[in-house]
Amino acid sequence: MLRILINALRTGVVTTRYPAEPSVPPDRFRGAPVLSPGSHLPPPTVCPAGAISEYVDTGGRHVALDLARCVFCGRCAEDPWAGAVTMGRDFELAARSRADLRIEVVADDPAPRSGSGRAIAATESAHNPDAEAACASSEIRRVLGRSLHLRHLDAGSCNACDWELTALLNPVYDVRRLGIDFVASPRHADGVVVTGPVTRNLETAVRRTFEAVPEPRVVIAVGACAASGGIVGEGYASAGGVDRVLPVDVYIPGCPPRPEAILFGILVAVGRLDARLPCRE
Amino acid sequence: MADPVLPPGLTDALRACAVGGVDTEVGPRSSDLTVRLGRPDDLPAAAAVLSGPHSMALATIVATDETAMPDGDLKVRYVFEPTVPGAPDQFVTLRISVDPARAAVPSLTMAVPAANWHEREMQDLFGIVSVGHPDPRPLVVHDGWPQGVFPLRKAFDGSRRVPVEPADEFPHLVAEGEGVFEIPVGPIHAGIIEPGHFRFTSVGETVLHLDARLFYTHRGLEKRMEGLSTIDAFYVAERICGVCSVAHGLGYCEALEQIAGVDVPLRGRFIRSIALEMERLYNHVGDIGNVCAGASFHYGTATGLRLKERLQQMNERLAGNRFLRGLLIPGGARLDLPDDLLGLLAATLEDTLAGLDGLMGRIEANPSVVDRLDDTGVLQRQAALDLAVAGVAARASGVDRDARRDHPHGAFAAPEPLDLNVVTALEGDVMARVTVRALEARESIRIVGELVRRLEPGPLQVALPEPLPPGGRIGISAIESPRGEAIHWLRLDAAGRVDRYHLRSPSYHNWRAVALAAGTAIVPDFPLVNKSFELCYSCTDR
Repeated sequence: MLRILINALRTGVVTTRYPAEPSVPPDRFRGAPVLSPGSHLPPPTVCPAGAISEYVDTGGRHVALDLARCVFCGRCAEDPWAGAVTMGRDFELAARSRADLRIEVVADDPAPRSGSGRAIAATESAHNPDAEAACASSEIRRVLGRSLHLRHLDAGSCNACDWELTALLNPVYDVRRLGIDFVASPRHADGVVVTGPVTRNLETAVRRTFEAVPEPRVVIAVGACAASGGIVGEGYASAGGVDRVLPVDVYIPGCPPRPEAILFGILVAVGRLDARLPCRE
Repeated sequence: MADPVLPPGLTDALRACAVGGVDTEVGPRSSDLTVRLGRPDDLPAAAAVLSGPHSMALATIVATDETAMPDGDLKVRYVFEPTVPGAPDQFVTLRISVDPARAAVPSLTMAVPAANWHEREMQDLFGIVSVGHPDPRPLVVHDGWPQGVFPLRKAFDGSRRVPVEPADEFPHLVAEGEGVFEIPVGPIHAGIIEPGHFRFTSVGETVLHLDARLFYTHRGLEKRMEGLSTIDAFYVAERICGVCSVAHGLGYCEALEQIAGVDVPLRGRFIRSIALEMERLYNHVGDIGNVCAGASFHYGTATGLRLKERLQQMNERLAGNRFLRGLLIPGGARLDLPDDLLGLLAATLEDTLAGLDGLMGRIEANPSVVDRLDDTGVLQRQAALDLAVAGVAARASGVDRDARRDHPHGAFAAPEPLDLNVVTALEGDVMARVTVRALEARESIRIVGELVRRLEPGPLQVALPEPLPPGGRIGISAIESPRGEAIHWLRLDAAGRVDRYHLRSPSYHNWRAVALAAGTAIVPDFPLVNKSFELCYSCTDR
């Protein structure tokens, strides 16, 4: 016992100060891709997750990147597109609507012939226009205060997002210092954090768990699969994103999002931090 | 091509037992043998030759839909591998052709227990019935799946959701009798863990039987990969499982490189193996902490999580991702490891070693923890062999198997091989699994040090030929992931796209061992037993 105490004292405090102090990811970290307008941007086929789309109108070729779908593999920033796309360092990407996660720029390709334009369907967003989201946020903040107790809901994740949620409880991130905790029962929860694209075999369990949470309740979609279906997409066994099944309040991009990115998203959900639009330069 | 070195008498014994005739050929690799059985009914006898006198274990079963190909049939490949230490790196495949109109094959499960889930999966996804299977309940598709719809048949369009039809409650296997209780747990658990349903039947606290129902996280990834370009499919393979990202990414790459006929340069191989050992290390260290959580030893839990966090932060420096995603690419390594990063890595590993030794010292010196771990959740050696259990779980029950030695990959397949100490224990209890993990973690630290010391300048990757060799060739690889041997089976179509990919993860075989080991424990010890196996749901369910 004494040895344990001595070891604990010798180890000292390992807890991060984030979000009071910023967290700087390492050099190789791949955050939000930055698309340079007017450059030679990659075609949609480059992206293994289908996050890149394009359409052509009189203004030129518009290239859009859906951060909710992005798996941050960095392939679109490799040759021959290096420079046109660079992997940024921004990881605080949580947003209240799918539309906010769409980055669109015009490429420098030769002006198209008229009539060849074909609009690609904009990101589908089952609900939450901004006003509604802001209203929900203030209601959540009024009822729940600054503390948030969440129930984790694995809806078919690859477990990377789950492990990052576990990491939030380790001595380094220690989310409990911020009044946030993960609880064992949905009845004790103010909301759910969902990982995974919602598999067919879990859809019923996901709905029932959500319904067991008392209102008002928040739904936080963690990671690319939960936010959009990610690399799994829609299929015979996958709904293709949490918002196909539950009303989502906050989307946290990443594959998986690093623990601070999840923490940022949770604080956005409870109204303690504001979502920032991703870099559009 | 040199003939594979075959166990003496194997082909003669196979010929003698197969009434319908056999055809043998070399493949998929030059050291492997594929045996085409003239009629499916000869399968049990042929499998008995492999698993009996030649003590081979079932590695995987792969079904394919070849109705659009010249043969116009379904095929099933039963892949076996030697289990005797020192045996050559070899797979022996028994291949049978199945009529799509009457898709039935004899079941192997009663003679080869490891075939159980494979055969149930084949029934769900291909509609191939294994006649004589003792437990033909659905496995992969759950309640309300429409009758007669088989998602891995080529005619099925997998890109749309299939509606859930009303269904009866799933028939769990339970024990009955006076004073016997049923305890249903899951699929949503009281913690941050993956989903599975456990149906305990117990008398008092003693578990009589555990029926584990998994495949809740079945995402249809094998279907998802069909038709993808080989590079797109790699990013899916890397994301089948979070904590096995490197192992599964590497398994896919090695299978693909076999088909492409390319040799990864030495530096690329070394970087791959460094990644593989880092993955094993952060998993093992975190798992020891998690076992402490199961035993309510919170100092141990916090220490394990802290050490794991340090390693994952190092991963992020090395690969830009805390799960090392993005470090590998088909053909080699995608990112180099410059000297400044290797310096940081060495310092991290030194601290990890000190921290790990300290943690194990605290566990072993704490009688209340040791009491929980000793003699809990025993997996007998024979059971481990019967179920073809892999990895730490097998080695802690005295089964001397490690794919790094038995099927060399990464730097272990380099011209100057690394030595590897395969750690085993005999007890088969939670304590044995924890001890094996700790010793393997130390071994991984040693191996990374050795790899860094031997790292020579040179190219990282080799380009895959464009286009790839004509379709139909098969790649097979076995990777020692943190949880044990994973078998990857890949075939490309004529256009060079993925025709069929199948992953048999170590957890796929090991889950059934958890149910057996839990039968020797009391209900409150189940989390401890489960954590000591530390299995993935996602790479089992896919």
